[in-house]
Amino acid sequence: MKALSQEPRPLLDVRGLRMYFPIQRGFTRRIVGYVRAVDDVSFTVGAGETVGLVGESGCGKTTAARCILRAYSPTGGEILFQTAEGAVVDLAKLTRREIRPLRSQVQMIFQDPYGSLNPRMTIFDTVGEPLLVNGLTDRQRRLERVAELLARVGLRPEYMQRFPHAFSGGQRQRIGIARALALNPRLVVADEPVSALDVSVQAQILNLLLDLQRELGLTYLFIAHNLSVVKHICDRVVVMYVGKIVESATTQELYSKPGHPYTSALMAAVPVPDPRYKIGSVELKGEVPSPANPPSGCYFHPRCPYAVDLCGTHAPALQEVSPGHLVGCHRVGELKLPGVA
Amino acid sequence: MDTRSHKSGDHPLLSVRDLKVHFFMDEGTVRAVDGISFDVYPGQVFGIVGESGCGKTVAVKAILRIVDPPGRIVSGEIMLRRPSGDPDGADGDQVLDLAKMDSTGSEMRSIRGGEIALIPQEPMAAFSPVHTVGDQVIEAIVLHQAVSEAEARRIAAGLFRDVGIPAPEQRLDNYSWQLSGGLRQRAMIAMALSCNPRLLIADEPTTAVDVTTQAQVLRLLGQLQEERDSAIIFITHDLGVIANTADYVMVMYLGLVMEQGPVDGIFHAPKHPYTQALLRSIPSIRSTPRVTLPTISGSIPHPFNRPRGCPFHPRCMHFMPGRCDRQSPALRPTPDGHLVSCFLDDRSEGWA
Repeated sequence: MKALSQEPRPLLDVRGLRMYFPIQRGFTRRIVGYVRAVDDVSFTVGAGETVGLVGESGCGKTTAARCILRAYSPTGGEILFQTAEGAVVDLAKLTRREIRPLRSQVQMIFQDPYGSLNPRMTIFDTVGEPLLVNGLTDRQRRLERVAELLARVGLRPEYMQRFPHAFSGGQRQRIGIARALALNPRLVVADEPVSALDVSVQAQILNLLLDLQRELGLTYLFIAHNLSVVKHICDRVVVMYVGKIVESATTQELYSKPGHPYTSALMAAVPVPDPRYKIGSVELKGEVPSPANPPSGCYFHPRCPYAVDLCGTHAPALQEVSPGHLVGCHRVGELKLPGVA
Repeated sequence: MDTRSHKSGDHPLLSVRDLKVHFFMDEGTVRAVDGISFDVYPGQVFGIVGESGCGKTVAVKAILRIVDPPGRIVSGEIMLRRPSGDPDGADGDQVLDLAKMDSTGSEMRSIRGGEIALIPQEPMAAFSPVHTVGDQVIEAIVLHQAVSEAEARRIAAGLFRDVGIPAPEQRLDNYSWQLSGGLRQRAMIAMALSCNPRLLIADEPTTAVDVTTQAQVLRLLGQLQEERDSAIIFITHDLGVIANTADYVMVMYLGLVMEQGPVDGIFHAPKHPYTQALLRSIPSIRSTPRVTLPTISGSIPHPFNRPRGCPFHPRCMHFMPGRCDRQSPALRPTPDGHLVSCFLDDRSEGWA
């Protein structure tokens, strides 16, 4: 573990994270290659902050989150996490047994409120299970804590003995949030928490997440593909493309002055709910390449309107263009890219 | 797509009047579509927006006569106009009521996929995985047009080129699972266009694809619509997508039309409290971050517990007790050309 710097330690410090999945062929399952789902990804999440991990399907954002939760064991890199006891541990290196006491401190909110709740468990059992597992065996105290949690996420505690089918999508997502909060986690990983919800319910859940953060001082790693939602909820944004980070900056800076052509094109492609704004003229050709067979050089160069010869041969490193604003592009100083106000 | 409204002399291509589609289940009746009326004009992009359970997909399935049992059309008309070819007027036009037709009869089968084509939401589920995409497109062409298979293959390759599929000849021999999401959706669009439909129904055509692919598909649909001047019914729950594509918008909630009007009016001067609340509650990429969004309280009621009166009244901030929960408001015109189903216009503050 590295020496402490002058600045306050971030809650989560991901360094050079790599997650490669082997591609196996044939009768002997011999390994013919690797899908580099997450390839040398580094970012930090400060206490009380909301960091967005953004990108299109296959960019590795969910895989990165699963590595942090140790649903996967990463191929390489460090995931330094500051525990409640003040120690700094590398989640990437811990064994299953060693990580178990830390699980209560990192919790997850899932995308699909229909798939993530057990239909045979009551709401009390679902929200109370993490409490029971962590030693709160007194049923009465568990009832009280579940009631408190449900009230906090805007559900009536009387509904505790019902089963998930009695609830709408938005209410189920609230139940999932209550479960994630049951053990007072330090870090909440939210994987597309509103993308499966109806438009009128999305706003309720986003407001709830912001309120809970203010009240409980939560830290969120927010994974999403919807740039409008990310802009709304995140302090800082990390943009990924085919397993690598292409840009990271504060939300304000990223949306007003994007430094990477991919970020700019991604923002231009988001339809604005106003007929007087049409989708931007910078249209990306082609599609996201497969992480099993990425292009040479900069992974974005075949689709990039600004690509030069260098981009096809050499992968750009992340450079700091202003404090806290990292961009992985060879032409970073020269380009003036459109953002959104 | 530029904002065009129909010429006043035009006759609607499709007129739906008081359409009701109910599902008769053991647990009760679900009134998925409960009396909706609208007109689609030639060359128009007609957007239908609504959240889950609003009946938007059932409504277009009824137009195509592919509502699955236990659902059926209970009442209403679906009038499709077939031009006579006489340029002097519409007197000779043939008007067919699709609601009265035999859904499996030869006439309906020739209309479905021929005059009216569908671009489904999930191209992965819509293509058969055991036939090549080319064979499936060729089959549709041979079924609706009097051409040989070789000729149909030539047409199919041309369509693939038109929708921007690289190496169209080779792609015809691919299976759907060999294509990426964007290419698959393009192939589906090619198939829908194969018989030069006069009405194209796109049911959430970009929901399953990434934003950069979505921008490509929306642009493609816009170009094709301009070239062919066909009408499109575009269904989506994404208000950003509808603002970018539609000329005219219909907002649905629980099987009823809440409001319809020209796209600019819907987004800049919405009249119905539901439309207003929906527009306020979405975070836009252009809005200020980290402010509390105005929300619509509650959630969409379960279809078995449909509220009485106006279906939106339990969530409405202008709810008038004794009125909205007793009577159903009818769809009425406003001075600026919207149709709104709300009692609010009776009050003195009226339409702003």
